[in-house]
Amino acid sequence: MIAEIGHIALILAFVVAVAQSVLPMVGASQNAPRLMAFGDRAAIAQFILTAFSFICLTIVFLSSDFSVKLAYNHSHSAKPLLYKISGVWANHEGSMLLWVLILATYGALVPIFGRRLPSSLKARALAVQAMLAVGFMGFLILTSNPFERVVPVPLDGKGLNPLLQDPGLAFHPPFLYLGYVGFSISFSFAVASLIEGRIDAVWARWLRPWVLLAWSFLTIGIALGSYWAYYELGWGGWWMWDPVENVSFMPWLAGTALLHSILVLGTRHSLPSWTVLLAISTFSLSLIGTFVVRSGVLVSVHAFATDPERGVYILALLGITTGTALALYAFRAATLTGAPSGKSVSRDGALVLNNILLVSATLTVFLGTFYPLFIDAVSREKISVGEPYFNLTFTPIMCLLIVFMGTAPMLKWRADNLSRLKSTLLKLFIILAVVTGLTYLIGKSVLGALALGLCAYLAFGTIATILRRARFGELPRGQSFALLRAQPAATWAFVCAHIGLAICAAGITAMSVWGESAAKALQPGQSLTVAGYEFTMGELENARRENYEFLGTDVRITKNGKEIKTVHTERRYYPIRNMLTTEAGLHLSLRHTLFASISENPNPASEAKWVIRGYYHPYVVWIWLGALLMAFGGFIGLADKRLRFRGSEVTE
Amino acid sequence: MRGIIPLMLFGLLILGMAFGLTRDPSVIPSEMVDRPMPAFVLPSLYEDKLDITEAVFDGEISLLNVFGSWCSACVTEHPKLVEIGESTDIQLVGIDWRDTRKAGQAWLRRYDNPYDAVIFDEASVLAIDLGVTGAPETFLVDTQGRIRFKHVGVITNEVWDQEFLPRIAQIKVDGA
Repeated sequence: MIAEIGHIALILAFVVAVAQSVLPMVGASQNAPRLMAFGDRAAIAQFILTAFSFICLTIVFLSSDFSVKLAYNHSHSAKPLLYKISGVWANHEGSMLLWVLILATYGALVPIFGRRLPSSLKARALAVQAMLAVGFMGFLILTSNPFERVVPVPLDGKGLNPLLQDPGLAFHPPFLYLGYVGFSISFSFAVASLIEGRIDAVWARWLRPWVLLAWSFLTIGIALGSYWAYYELGWGGWWMWDPVENVSFMPWLAGTALLHSILVLGTRHSLPSWTVLLAISTFSLSLIGTFVVRSGVLVSVHAFATDPERGVYILALLGITTGTALALYAFRAATLTGAPSGKSVSRDGALVLNNILLVSATLTVFLGTFYPLFIDAVSREKISVGEPYFNLTFTPIMCLLIVFMGTAPMLKWRADNLSRLKSTLLKLFIILAVVTGLTYLIGKSVLGALALGLCAYLAFGTIATILRRARFGELPRGQSFALLRAQPAATWAFVCAHIGLAICAAGITAMSVWGESAAKALQPGQSLTVAGYEFTMGELENARRENYEFLGTDVRITKNGKEIKTVHTERRYYPIRNMLTTEAGLHLSLRHTLFASISENPNPASEAKWVIRGYYHPYVVWIWLGALLMAFGGFIGLADKRLRFRGSEVTE
Repeated sequence: MRGIIPLMLFGLLILGMAFGLTRDPSVIPSEMVDRPMPAFVLPSLYEDKLDITEAVFDGEISLLNVFGSWCSACVTEHPKLVEIGESTDIQLVGIDWRDTRKAGQAWLRRYDNPYDAVIFDEASVLAIDLGVTGAPETFLVDTQGRIRFKHVGVITNEVWDQEFLPRIAQIKVDGA
């Protein structure tokens, strides 16, 4: 019964969304307040119905009702509670339902926080938001019904992929979707304002917190995914440039550009075209991200073709959504004129440059991800684009970006000249030179040294910016501290995010330049050495736990005879799926990560039946700490008082 | 007029994707079916100096399975291959395609290695000769080293029962 109720709720939500996509739009064009106000109520009703439907599906999973096909395929009665819940979205249908739920949630937040928005703009935006919902709910109901029953009812479920039984993955998709779908608000408002033919600073200021919110969630989502890949997949890779990762990274890059250009539009009234195009493309990239992963089009051409019905629907949806938005843009482009942008040496100029660099980075990743697909479609030739391509193209763009990020925030709006900053710049270059020199002496790598030098330069440049804004050195110290306290939240958001990037980039550099690993076939008691650390294998143990059997060992890690930590690694066998997984034993610390993993010796003749692999990864944790600091910065930015709504500005 | 540029670019993108969608690789029959295996000399995934040649197919009914550590659909398929390896006397030969040795070996360690031999084809040498369009892809090779059937995509239980088993039975009849 619960499954049917959930299905009906979903269909009702669809009906509400259909009404919501038409009536407020009509109301806005005829200036009928009651029709426009309908959008507010419909958005909330749509949210309640979708949430109800999602709860029904969760109950189906929790109660292990295997008469529902989805639960049968992706759950099992022996599964721990957390994974019964995460099983709801660890599959195509359930994750699409989660997607729709988050879309409805953001939609419902608009009437709550947007009371003072011009009613026609709000009505149109809600209608656009509802059109998106119609598309996706239709997709769900027509091609991927999560509530489908199976006859005869099976005794037990087929279990969940053991790889997916992990807290990292349980929380990764919700955060990613909160990010992806969060950009739907900027998309809806971009389209609504294109219909109205007016894009101004007020619009930008109202939209900015939504972009910040989505961006911060996406940052967390990507960081969680990367961390999960790092310790669960156990190959020591935190980022592999594989298509699935790339498609989540593209909306992040475009979203970062959007974040900065909406700042320019909000303060300087310039760049309206850029901002609108970025709002449209960020969400379009999110759509591509969701579907590419869900359809498997990039990873394997086959997965896409196995379900052509879904593929066609997805493509049509993407074409209509983005195509309509861009057609509207083409129609309105001539009227979108903002204030002229400032001189090239000014904060406006620097932010334009920032946008150009971030958009180039997005395009680079886009090409690297989709080029093989196009080549395949045109000439049936298979080529692979991997790490070397991205090292060659993406890394230089990012380095250039960091060079500008270190100093550009010190510039004034409109016009500035560099001689004003001479002494600060000189100090920063000294820091760059000193850190580079020292790192080279210790680490013996030119590129690594240069990269760490740049990270230090960025971190100190950011600190120098905030000190300059508080006019340290110019005013008495007490007054400077008072100024520092008076800085708006947005400034602290900028400090956190930029330092976060410096930390993240430092971690990436250290990890890729100085990381080491080694493997050796061992017997209990023997050891291997990685970067000066000794990994000694302990006794083997073999037993059964929850829903798997395991074979594992303790590995003692010592340096110069001093014990650092004993970690546990094991091979797990999941009989329900007939799958083997490896759990690596980790020692995480700020300075380095040491971990060991066990696997079978491929050489059966050897006496040592097991291979122990030891890894030394310096500062790898900084990658995720940096990313979290960036996201934290985004959340701080939400608290900025200037972003709060001032009604007098908007009421027409 | 500048405003129309993004729309046109996007149109091209959609056209490209639509074109990709019509190219369903699983309906294109392999040009290689009923032909002998192309000659090749490629190293084993585990031992650079150990060469594997087409002689590996002599006298055995074999499944030649294209995989790679980068291929997520292969993860789905793998348990079935392990099951085939354990429950039948068919020789399983893997082609680790467009991969690195390290990643390929790690992948097989992780998911279990059902193959009797694994060919390491980093530069698509054999894959091009075979007309491989993607991974996973599986060729059924008879005792004379002739390709009898090609399946594109994951071997599901249905595919195994309906496509492979009858053909394997046929090969056994032909051979007897």
